[in-house]
Amino acid sequence: MNNNEKLYKSFANALNIDPSLINDDLKYQSIKQWDSISHMMLISYIEEDFGVSLDTDDVIDMSSVAKAREILTKHNISF
Amino acid sequence: MGLLTGSTALITGASKGIGKAISELFAKEGADIIMVSRNISALNAFSDTIASDFGVKVYSYEGDVRNHESIGYIFKDLSEKGIFIDILVNNAGIMIDATLQMIKDDVIHDLFETNVYGTIFCSQLAIKPFLRRRKGSIINLSSIVGTNGNLGQSIYSASKAAVIGFTKSLSKELAPFNIRVNAVAPGFIDTDMTKDMSASLVEKNIGSIGMKRIGKPKDVARVALFLASDLSEYVTGQVIGVDGGMII
Repeated sequence: MNNNEKLYKSFANALNIDPSLINDDLKYQSIKQWDSISHMMLISYIEEDFGVSLDTDDVIDMSSVAKAREILTKHNISF
Repeated sequence: MGLLTGSTALITGASKGIGKAISELFAKEGADIIMVSRNISALNAFSDTIASDFGVKVYSYEGDVRNHESIGYIFKDLSEKGIFIDILVNNAGIMIDATLQMIKDDVIHDLFETNVYGTIFCSQLAIKPFLRRRKGSIINLSSIVGTNGNLGQSIYSASKAAVIGFTKSLSKELAPFNIRVNAVAPGFIDTDMTKDMSASLVEKNIGSIGMKRIGKPKDVARVALFLASDLSEYVTGQVIGVDGGMII
């Protein structure tokens, strides 16, 4: 599984949605499953799946799937 | 088998008083213990004893809850070692008494940074592993002064009341994930915080306690144990007084 697939899996597991619904354009609060509460769950999954520690600014900035990839790249995860 | 067998608990302010009593009781009940204190040598003085007496793993970390970086390092190190906590006890706290006109800015900051920001920082970091496992218990140390107020303790009282507001709101955020957040509000407890009081003040305080005795750290530890264990699996957002019927 490459890191892109891994990221999509993190989103699917954390938000409890079908993987087919996940694409780069998926944005925070654009679907009911990605609200401020499930966002906490998402951060937990991404941190553990990728072995990174995200600071509060990262957590707030993670407003889309594309943005999540950008933030992880900053933490030396390559896509 | 103890009430906490198979669990891992992180306790801040663990080097003495209530934090030490909680660490010892949790270990006795089978939990692996992560003790955090600004005074690492004080932790090292008894950590091996706890480990050998109760057959649990004990980790000691030097850390200052006022410093997000310092606490962040501890959680990162634990994560890298594959250690995930189930229980967080936000015990680290300070008490400084002064009437409002006599209290300096730096003291106000110190009280809030330790008692409130420290509790928030540690909780922010702890809930990440809790969320993934959909299980966890946070126990915050408030005070009877936070629930009732007290003369000469307006800022300390405000900081401990903030802990209660934080506890109640966070419990609502995290209840859907089976993560419980509760607070303990000790009354007059025999710790370093109270040892410097004059004999007359001690006598006066004991006079206001229905049970007519000062509380012991283990009295608080036992309630923390209840909140940490599955005995309280349907309890969240509560503040439990441990004060022997004190009236202030």
